[in-house]
Amino acid sequence: MTAISNTTTTHLMTINMGPQHPSTHGVLRLLLELDGEMIVKAEPHIGFLHRGVEKLAEYKTYHQCIPLTDRLDYVAPFSNNLAYALTVEKLLGIEIPERAQHIRVILCELTRISSHLLWLATHALDLGAMTVFFYCFRERETIYDIFEMVSGARMNLSCIRVGGVSRDLPGGFLEKTRKFVAEFPSRLNEYETLLTNNIIWKKRTVGVGVISAEDAIDYGLSGPSLRGSGVNWDIRKAEPYSSYDKYHFAVPLGKNGDVYDRYYVRIEEMRQSNSIVHQALNVLPKGDFIARIPNITLPPKEDVETKMESLIHHFKLITDGIQPPKGEVYSSIEAPKGELGFYIVSDGSSHPYRLKIRPPSFVNLEALPKMVEGRLLPDVVAVIGSLDIVLGEIDR
Amino acid sequence: MDNEAIATLIKTNFPDAIIGSGVFRNELTIIIKKEFITDIAKFLKEHQELDFNFLSDLCGVDRVEMDGVFEVVYHLYSIYKNHRLRLKVPIPSNEPHISTVTGVWKTANWHEREAYDMFGIKFNNHPDLRKILMPDDFEGHPLRKSYPIDGRQPVTLRGIYRKDVDEA
Repeated sequence: MTAISNTTTTHLMTINMGPQHPSTHGVLRLLLELDGEMIVKAEPHIGFLHRGVEKLAEYKTYHQCIPLTDRLDYVAPFSNNLAYALTVEKLLGIEIPERAQHIRVILCELTRISSHLLWLATHALDLGAMTVFFYCFRERETIYDIFEMVSGARMNLSCIRVGGVSRDLPGGFLEKTRKFVAEFPSRLNEYETLLTNNIIWKKRTVGVGVISAEDAIDYGLSGPSLRGSGVNWDIRKAEPYSSYDKYHFAVPLGKNGDVYDRYYVRIEEMRQSNSIVHQALNVLPKGDFIARIPNITLPPKEDVETKMESLIHHFKLITDGIQPPKGEVYSSIEAPKGELGFYIVSDGSSHPYRLKIRPPSFVNLEALPKMVEGRLLPDVVAVIGSLDIVLGEIDR
Repeated sequence: MDNEAIATLIKTNFPDAIIGSGVFRNELTIIIKKEFITDIAKFLKEHQELDFNFLSDLCGVDRVEMDGVFEVVYHLYSIYKNHRLRLKVPIPSNEPHISTVTGVWKTANWHEREAYDMFGIKFNNHPDLRKILMPDDFEGHPLRKSYPIDGRQPVTLRGIYRKDVDEA
């Protein structure tokens, strides 16, 4: 900010960046006050995509909320499903079969890779590197094919259920995923040859949008945006869920907290996620893909057709929904963007009394003014890209 | 620190402030009086053993139907000590205001704006208390239980967004 007093102009210009701007990654509007090309003040305006998910959830049964969560961070829908399901399971106090946990981990890490691929593709495109985009979408396509095998949908999976997943892994899944996992590290190297030591890339990213570890925590940053500043906090390690404690993986950290470090952390995270998928495929245990608990999970279809009690359970569960005990729980997972938390207040009925979503992008975006003020206009594009925001979960 | 130790530490330091506490699904909840929120927030952040440096989430809950109050709920986490705490503050529904904690955790800024937008809870001394998700002309607070799910606005959103254009 000291540079401002040295300039000769006194006239500040206010411009609108977004909500229709390709580099704001959705309907984000930034009100920028400029002195020449330097940002004096940046003010994000959000809410254009507000659909009232939290209000809607209060009128839905616990299972009906699952598709709502897909539409939060729509480039990582399975992570949202998982965060929600874990919260309801915590509220109910139920155990999930091991096979279901491992299936969830596989899908969750594939989701992380696909989310990071979309981030890398668009981030590089924003900064003028077009080739990366095509490479990333090639791999993302394979992951979406795998998702389609599992759930029938490519984007909004919704294949999670309270108590497990909707069905077992289909035939051919293991082979296809193994093939992807074997190929992916070499593909990652391909992206890296284009960017990591590229002088243009470094000039646009090194030293840009710096935030110190202390500030990052104060602003509530989480996920790769926080780890880029060197804070070693990953919920998969700190509070393991879904049997993450059984896997070996490193938590990549940055040093300087700039755009480049956040880039590098995500690249390394993809490597680690790939390794987790690899391990999970090898140790995938046999067993149920969903816990069999009457009044919480649906009975198997063949039982419904042949047994009276199962038919009654099925009917009761569909019409009344799950009725968890009175109480409140908060649970969070390490989503691709950071800490994704759900807070559910239950009054004992079949609808959540209050459902609060803690979206990582919402909190991460809050630190944007801190990162861009005093810097040049083109840096805003780099910083927005490095925060990896999705407006679907910011506006909810 | 485990839940019991955290609860004891807070209780001994603020004996007058605690309304209640409990553990559900291994999550510690402490309910406090609203006058003490700033002091307790500072204490929780600065105490070396507690070290609650990370405000995970802050939100409002409408309990007017149940207890006649709004609640402000703080989800705190310590990155270095790896423990969590839920702080709840009931505030009267006819006069919903409470001191801000933006001075303690900067991240509270947007969370408090959201709680203001959704529930009409006013945060005293907040540096920039404006609506955040809803349009400026939106009437009412959509997450209050008294706001119907199919609530209609007197002016349509299109009307709100086009007002400046139409008047010009």
